[in-house]
Amino acid sequence: MKDEIRQVVREHGHLSVDIDSLGDGDDLYQAGMTSHASVNVMIALEDTFDIEFLDSMLKRSVFESVSSISAALSEIGVPA
Amino acid sequence: MSATVAPADRDLLTTIRRIADDVAAANAVDVDRNARFPQEAVDALRQERALSALIPTSLGGEGASFEAIAAACFELGRRCGATAMVFAMHQIQIACMTRHLDESPWFEEYLREVVAEQRLVASITSEVGTGGDMGKSVAALSAPENGSVSFEKQAPTVSYGDYADAFLTTVRRGPDAEPGDQVLVLSRRDQMQMEPQGTWDPMGMRGTCSPGYVASAQIPVEQILTTPFSQISAETMTPVSHILWSHVWLAIATDAFDRARAFVKAAAKRKPGEPLPAAIRLSELMSELSLLRAEVSLALSEFCDASENHRAKLSQMATILRFNNLKIAASEQAPRVCQGAMGVCGIVGYKNDTPFSVGRHLRDSMSACLMVANERIHTTDASLLLIAKEV
Repeated sequence: MKDEIRQVVREHGHLSVDIDSLGDGDDLYQAGMTSHASVNVMIALEDTFDIEFLDSMLKRSVFESVSSISAALSEIGVPA
Repeated sequence: MSATVAPADRDLLTTIRRIADDVAAANAVDVDRNARFPQEAVDALRQERALSALIPTSLGGEGASFEAIAAACFELGRRCGATAMVFAMHQIQIACMTRHLDESPWFEEYLREVVAEQRLVASITSEVGTGGDMGKSVAALSAPENGSVSFEKQAPTVSYGDYADAFLTTVRRGPDAEPGDQVLVLSRRDQMQMEPQGTWDPMGMRGTCSPGYVASAQIPVEQILTTPFSQISAETMTPVSHILWSHVWLAIATDAFDRARAFVKAAAKRKPGEPLPAAIRLSELMSELSLLRAEVSLALSEFCDASENHRAKLSQMATILRFNNLKIAASEQAPRVCQGAMGVCGIVGYKNDTPFSVGRHLRDSMSACLMVANERIHTTDASLLLIAKEV
């Protein structure tokens, strides 16, 4: 799952660095992802994993790292 | 307000109403005409310790509720929009510090100082080169050296910049930080250089005295709030700003409506029993005012409920949309009500020197759509609407 998350962030996160240089716990916002880009990441994640995030998950802290995104996806039933 | 009003809230509102009626109202025309700071009203607020009303009693403050602060903005705004806006902006800064100081001894001590000395705090959030996006900064803190950092920021507007005792400023966390990686820092006036840029001769809200500045400061690292600004913004600065500003705009619209009502009543007394077209227009205007009042009042109760019971909800996109929409709706509806009041009063509303004058109200309310431009907020909301579920 983390590889797919990384692929989505690579395509939509508009990071100022290569995502391969970041660890799973590194802060994507500090790596240049804007609020606007993060929305595109969310939409692409919903599409890729065919899920819908709950409103309670749609906040900055949930999308701040590959790990936190992975935890949220697990919570709504995406298998690791 | 609920049926059981806490003593601190009751005392604050009694005091605020007196200051609004006796001091703010008496100077409102002069403040507006001369685009001067409402010094008398702010002095009176200091005298009555209203600048520390929101600070908890554990830090020496009066411990008034946020609802009471919002009501105070409304009471002041009915008499002088600029006084109310200065009061509101100060309370926004206090709210950011009290809710996010994270047990920092320095900030606790500073808030005690606000109580003791009735310090007036302003903010430096807007910046040249960010396209009006408060979530981005160009200015950055320098790398710490001997425990202190510095910054220089080009601010297109700093409200009451010449009159504030201290400033809360958004800056990037460090020289290499991304534009959105911001922190909030407090600097005292004696730690700053404020170089004025340009003049201040605007259409409305003239008493807020908000020209541009190049602001620079050198401060100890203790004066940086450790909570990231993105969190402070979502949980406090944005919703609190939108709620308190909206109370000020509602107040301005309410006073314009009251003047229109007084005009209609005077006309009815002159010609008892005769049909009065202005009375119908007044009735139509009341429904416009009611819409504004309902939106503002609901947003306040939703914020207070979230703050007390589930603060994390304030960071959710659906909630961010909700308080963004409050700002857009209130800032568009308030001038609509003021213009309607002018329509009711006719020429005596248009003239600046009658008891029914609403020109100042109309001009003051027109500032609302610019305080964080509605266009900018629509851009954000358009993006959030693509993903949020229940809005």
